[in-house]
Amino acid sequence: MSNETRENRLKKVFDTPNQKAFIGFITAGDPTADNTVNCIFEMERAGADLIEIGIPFSDPTAEGVVIQDANVRALKGGMTTDKAFDIVRRVREKSDIPLAFMTYANPVFHYGYDSFCARCRKLGVDALIIPDMPFEEKAELEEFTKKYDVALISMIAPTSESRIRAIASEAQGFIYVVSSMGVTGVRNEIRTDVASIVESIRKVTDVPCAVGFGISTPEQAKAMASVSDGAIVGSAIVKIVAQYGNDAPEHVYQYVKSMKEAVLNAPAAAAK
Amino acid sequence: MSKGRYGIHGGQYISETLMNELDNLEKSYEHYKNDPEFQEELNRLLNEYAGRPSLLYYAEKMTKDLGGAKIYLKREDLNHTGSHKINNVLGQALLARKMGKTRIIAETGAGQHGVATATAAALLGMECEIFMGKEDTIRQALNVYRMELLGAKVHPVTSGTMTLKDAVNECMREWTGRVNDTLYVLGSVMGPHPFPMIVRDFQSVISREAKAQILAREGQLPAAVVACVGGGSNSMGAFYNFIEDKEVELIGCEAAGKGVDTALTAATIATGSLGIFHGMKSYFCQDEYGQIAPVYSISAGLDYPGIGPEHAYLHDIGRAQYVPVTDDEAVDAFEYLARTEGIICAIESAHAVAHVRKIAKNYSPDQSIIVCLSGRGDKDVAAIARYRGVDLHE
Repeated sequence: MSNETRENRLKKVFDTPNQKAFIGFITAGDPTADNTVNCIFEMERAGADLIEIGIPFSDPTAEGVVIQDANVRALKGGMTTDKAFDIVRRVREKSDIPLAFMTYANPVFHYGYDSFCARCRKLGVDALIIPDMPFEEKAELEEFTKKYDVALISMIAPTSESRIRAIASEAQGFIYVVSSMGVTGVRNEIRTDVASIVESIRKVTDVPCAVGFGISTPEQAKAMASVSDGAIVGSAIVKIVAQYGNDAPEHVYQYVKSMKEAVLNAPAAAAK
Repeated sequence: MSKGRYGIHGGQYISETLMNELDNLEKSYEHYKNDPEFQEELNRLLNEYAGRPSLLYYAEKMTKDLGGAKIYLKREDLNHTGSHKINNVLGQALLARKMGKTRIIAETGAGQHGVATATAAALLGMECEIFMGKEDTIRQALNVYRMELLGAKVHPVTSGTMTLKDAVNECMREWTGRVNDTLYVLGSVMGPHPFPMIVRDFQSVISREAKAQILAREGQLPAAVVACVGGGSNSMGAFYNFIEDKEVELIGCEAAGKGVDTALTAATIATGSLGIFHGMKSYFCQDEYGQIAPVYSISAGLDYPGIGPEHAYLHDIGRAQYVPVTDDEAVDAFEYLARTEGIICAIESAHAVAHVRKIAKNYSPDQSIIVCLSGRGDKDVAAIARYRGVDLHE
């Protein structure tokens, strides 16, 4: 089935009853496009339910050092928005795994919202995550994500409080619950009361909630998944890529496998 | 609904984690803006501590030499800490304290905003941390030591191009991690709403004074107001109260670096395009994929790849014009003003002086031009010496 006529794949990320999702992130072109493609296949083989592909940006203000460095490596290697789309094309030759792009507002704006979203639809990108495009600013892009059936993912942070209602009521695909204050990156401890944030969201919507920022160990993934519908892991995977470069895929496989198992063991009842 | 728009520019393109805090800041600002007690306290600090009102000085020798309009210099360089930055910092630091914050953080390029912020923190008894591109900590080593003397902690930023934009990135990251006790005292008319508005309001004291001063002196409005533009705080302050006076030309001088036809430039209006960065929609120097371009200027304070959203709007509607000024022209003007008027101005302000040298003769002697001398040049002396091949050690 061509990408243009099929249903958005996000629906299958959270559709297995009583099973939490594992979402992995990788920076496109770090250090090469081949490596990214191979890592995506290995993450899928290890059981990842959704892959976020980061289109590198020169000034990633929501990222900690690990993903900042990955952006630098990828841009130095010549990665561009068009080449990131080409990574998607190559993945789609063999795989039907749900895919999201995570990047900043400017690369999408500069590409042209219409062209960018049309290309997402054509090549099979199911969702967009733009950390510097909050609720108040999303309308200009949402016009096109809706036109091309690409889910524009909403983020909810520990500071969102009274904003949760408005954000959740318009959320689509899934809600990205930011576990901690600050930027992305591995954390020893997650102190935020994520359960109560998810509870507030549940009062407004049934859209699934996945928790990200700071998760690196199976224990953290299990804990976060047990109070939500899934765990998102970025920096820990990117760290493996930084360490092993083009030899990363097999290491990424081992890591994601252990994380997916932890998420599967998360108690199912808590969230929905 | 998007807030803080100037035509299509502005907005709040920032992470969700900061949105509530921006809302909080906006509400606090709207409250204290109309609070007579706050205004009185701020005015007292501006007058008794910062040394306002700043002089509007008639530069007679320069006027005679250039042979055209009367040149007036708005002497922001005479403010305490040596630049216009103190106007905004005293306002924001006072606001921070009213909001119950105990810690302020700020980015700095040339170091002037960092020094001003560290000064206000010392005065108001607040904790202060400054983020400064590593490249700039080298170019402006004296200002780093100044900030430390004032009790601030200075973090050299080693990411990206290690200049002003990277300092802003790092400040945003820091603030995202700690909003409860901390206010980000943004130094220019940029970033997400409400910063462009707050900084503009606090800096508009420049044109409020200048307008009254020139009317008292000349009995008529100036033909033009000229100021340098990086993010655009001194220029917005110098323009603001003249925007309604359509006959007054408003001219912003961008840092062209080695020239707008080279890659070594920071002239955003001349070479940039519409984009979204640092919380705002505006014009930015960027490549075909929207990656922010590494920019260059001899002036650390103008070495920024964007421009404030209200400037972008004034450009769009043709109310203000923006012209590029090269390193060479700025250095010449720096030396010219020192020799002609006995004033060593900041290399940033020298960009405005350079443009006035070009245009003064196009006006008649019964017209006047106000140049905003945004800062003093002590900090630049060593760099100018190096530019001229003199090996000077601070």
